[in-house]
Amino acid sequence: MSTPAVSSGDLGAQRIAFAVMVALLLLAPLVVYPVFMMKVMCFALFACAFNLLIGFGGLLSFGHAMFLGSAGYASAHAAKIWGFTPELAILFGTVVALAIGVLAGLLAIRRQGIYFAMITLALAQMIFFVALQAKFTGGEDGIQSVPRGRLFGVIDLAQPMAMYSLVTFVFLAGFVLVWRVVHSPFGQVLKAIRENEPRAISLGYDADRYKLVAFVISGGVAGLAGATKALVFQLASLTDVHWTMSGEVVLMTLLGGLGTIFGPVVGAAIIITMQNYLAQLGAWVTVVQGVIFVICVLAFRRGVIGELGNWLKKPL
Amino acid sequence: MTMKTKFKLAATAVAAALACIAGPAAAQVSDGVIKIGVMNDMSGLYADVTGPGSLLAARMAVEDFGAARKGMKVEVLSADHQNKPDVGSTLARTWYDVDKVDAIFDVPTSSVALAISQLTREKGKAFINSGAATSDLTGKACSPNTIHWTYDTWMLANGTGSAIVKNGGDSWFFLTADYAFGHALERDTEAVVLKNGGKVLGKVRTPFPGSDFSSFLLQAQASKAKIIGLANAGGDTINSIKQASEFGIVKGGQKLAGMLVFISDIHGLGLNTAQGLIYTETFYWDLNDQTRAWTKRFVAQNNNKYPTMVHAGVYSSVLHYLKAVEAAKTDDGTKVVAQMKAMPTDDPLFGKGSIRADGRKMHPAYLVEVKKPSESKGPYDYEKVLATIPAEQAFRPLKDGECPLVK
Amino acid sequence: MEIFGVPTQALYGQLLIGLINGSFYALLSLGLAVIFGLLNIINFTHGAQYMMGAFVAYLMLNKLGLGYWWALLLAPLVVGATGVAIERLMLSRLYKLDHLYGLLLTFGLALIIQGLFRNEYGSSGQPYQMPSELTGAQNVGFMFLPYYRGWIIVTSLVICLATWYVIERTKLGSYLRAATENPKLVQAFGINVPLMITLTYGFGVALAAFAGVMAAPIYQVSPQMGADLIIVVFAVVVIGGMGSIMGAIVTGFGLGLIEGLTKVFYPEASNIVIFVIMVIVLLIKPAGLFGVQK
Repeated sequence: MSTPAVSSGDLGAQRIAFAVMVALLLLAPLVVYPVFMMKVMCFALFACAFNLLIGFGGLLSFGHAMFLGSAGYASAHAAKIWGFTPELAILFGTVVALAIGVLAGLLAIRRQGIYFAMITLALAQMIFFVALQAKFTGGEDGIQSVPRGRLFGVIDLAQPMAMYSLVTFVFLAGFVLVWRVVHSPFGQVLKAIRENEPRAISLGYDADRYKLVAFVISGGVAGLAGATKALVFQLASLTDVHWTMSGEVVLMTLLGGLGTIFGPVVGAAIIITMQNYLAQLGAWVTVVQGVIFVICVLAFRRGVIGELGNWLKKPL
Repeated sequence: MTMKTKFKLAATAVAAALACIAGPAAAQVSDGVIKIGVMNDMSGLYADVTGPGSLLAARMAVEDFGAARKGMKVEVLSADHQNKPDVGSTLARTWYDVDKVDAIFDVPTSSVALAISQLTREKGKAFINSGAATSDLTGKACSPNTIHWTYDTWMLANGTGSAIVKNGGDSWFFLTADYAFGHALERDTEAVVLKNGGKVLGKVRTPFPGSDFSSFLLQAQASKAKIIGLANAGGDTINSIKQASEFGIVKGGQKLAGMLVFISDIHGLGLNTAQGLIYTETFYWDLNDQTRAWTKRFVAQNNNKYPTMVHAGVYSSVLHYLKAVEAAKTDDGTKVVAQMKAMPTDDPLFGKGSIRADGRKMHPAYLVEVKKPSESKGPYDYEKVLATIPAEQAFRPLKDGECPLVK
Repeated sequence: MEIFGVPTQALYGQLLIGLINGSFYALLSLGLAVIFGLLNIINFTHGAQYMMGAFVAYLMLNKLGLGYWWALLLAPLVVGATGVAIERLMLSRLYKLDHLYGLLLTFGLALIIQGLFRNEYGSSGQPYQMPSELTGAQNVGFMFLPYYRGWIIVTSLVICLATWYVIERTKLGSYLRAATENPKLVQAFGINVPLMITLTYGFGVALAAFAGVMAAPIYQVSPQMGADLIIVVFAVVVIGGMGSIMGAIVTGFGLGLIEGLTKVFYPEASNIVIFVIMVIVLLIKPAGLFGVQK
């Protein structure tokens, strides 16, 4: 998908934005319910991962829920049944997501555009049905009462601020990872492939390999978000592998701004807040989300951060 | 969200301060207000079974209790959990932490109910469930903060299963929704059928969620079993019943046994299609004068839709909860639940009953059959009661539940 | 006589059921294939439009007293008109952009439509009376085939073949196909290409609505009825070859049969089998079974 060209030239604005974001995250628990913030961070990370693939790689995956959900199940299972400490559980979940990323990527990467999207959707559906049937996932019940445990065996994560600190750390680490990937030589080649694949190939780059690596990283970071989320809510459920979750992350990224660095974070924050506020209204949430989709596609393609960046003439 | 939360915190502080100055009774109730949360599916699969009807039932209970007269402030909140455990548990968390809700009611969908039961225990609040089916709530997952009202899977399986077998339906074929709830229902019902001397001729797992059951119904028809047990719920049940009628299954002599059916489902199907269906309920609006009188009040405020047993359960449970709070002079969850178990229950809908140590509310169950269109004389006149199952037999014996609270 | 432990009687019954389901898949994927094949638009709203067809039929019966046969004719027209509106007002702006924006737009529209209907009607589903002319069943030896189900197979075959014929074998169809390949050139010949595109989209949508009316008497009319179906239909279209009309028809019926067989031997997998096939086909023949690599 073509997105506004993001020149890596001026990083100053991005650094300022990063500092603002960190400050907000540190101060937020004073005024905002911490569990809400943790939810926002997990989804923001999920959206950042997704954005890496579509915004910078030009590949629309309609099955990203498979990473979020599988990692969630893996980490929940590890923490509850195998008694892993939280950091190992999260690690385990991420590794599972990476593995799925490799397998799915090998199958999907060969195709482009709509076919790529359809393959990812099909694979995600298969994972959904496996999750529905498999004993260990608990089907409709999901994996419940997942213990948060003690970080490194020492820090009790039942304390809200301890958990909050962990999630903030994980989010910032994942965010910085995506940032570094985007601004690295690897990221540059990826963008080149997105803009004009035949030319990139003629320059000697193995486009398929780059796309596969991007897919795996995207899946892994999405898995990191899912694994952490399972511990925050102490629950892993089918919602996280359902195709509507794949649609939601598309919405968050689109609203925030495809191909921007901070777009997914803002998009996730807006959507989660809206879902919270409108929770009483039930099905209206779906309608509002649909309306946002339509408006963004028709008239607001740059997204919130994209428009802001365009106005400031600085890439964000 | 920020401003609202700040305002709420401030308001709570002021209320708490005032509560300390107020009289002794009020001082024991947190913030001076008893906050009740009715959480269910407001717009999805179970909206007609629970939904806004449950909220109405809760409000009626608060009114009938006479909270205002007794100087007790009661507030009723509601929320939609969309049948998702993560939405439900986040809502419950916010309710308990931020909104200072004292007790949560209703909550259909077993997966959500289990999540909320666990959370309620951690926070020391109260959870009185009317909508969910899983008998684990008073079994393996029982808790000193949870009470299970209305019905559960054991009661459904035993009520419907044993009554049908005793009435001659001794060969069964199961259509089972292929997820945990369906499996549990099938397992429990099969056990009952076998125990009562019946046979299970076959079973088929239907993909969940599904919309077309013709292929599975054909298999059921071919088995020539007298009874086709529908171990499913909601849309699956409605679709399987509709399609069974299409394929002439009931006309061909086989009977359908719905393991989990509500009067709203019958209303959705129409008597033409649903006639002859057998199932178990714990409340029917037309049982006696008291239920009829209450239903009249309910219907007037509920868009002419008649109450399901879940609505009745919410009314009954809120009423008893408030009585317990009054008697215990506190709204601390664990203490109130203990008080609820100590007091016998009595209300116009379920009559006299009690709550066991494992949190199971005891009341009689009714085996009902759907009337033929010619037998129905008025709106929602759908059911005829075939048998009444006394409370002690309707629910799982205390010792079989594996509840850690029960020694 | 038994095949793999299943008596042939029962097997024939299941295959016939499979054929019936395949009729729905074929009808729905036909609409999608027409829209994608000729317009390169991925119409995610298709499931919602199928649902609207069923609801229009329901409303016509309950508010206007117009029965099934009227609905079969009018519901597709009504919903097709909404499709025309969508195309004129929204989709046409996206043609210059990446096709995936069209997907996202129609996805958003599907959310809106489904959400609105859910708000109004809840999720339980409304009953719709089967037309009296088609009630009853015929004993075909191995099973009782309800007349209505037989009607579905026949109608579906007729509509599918008629559509295929128009698009592949008539002059109108050839204009449509030419317009997809080279709109400017065809327009230069004096053919009103935008109008053709709009009407084609409307026709595809009308097909979805038609399938919805056919479904109303046997499935509950519920706002969710299209939501999970659409994913399967996408898979069908992709397997058949995204632009191929015949591919969609053949794959639709074929999938119905395969699903029917899976339900007999291994029911738990019947939801997954289509996706497994899709992945295999995409790996071996990426353009689909009947598709042409563009």
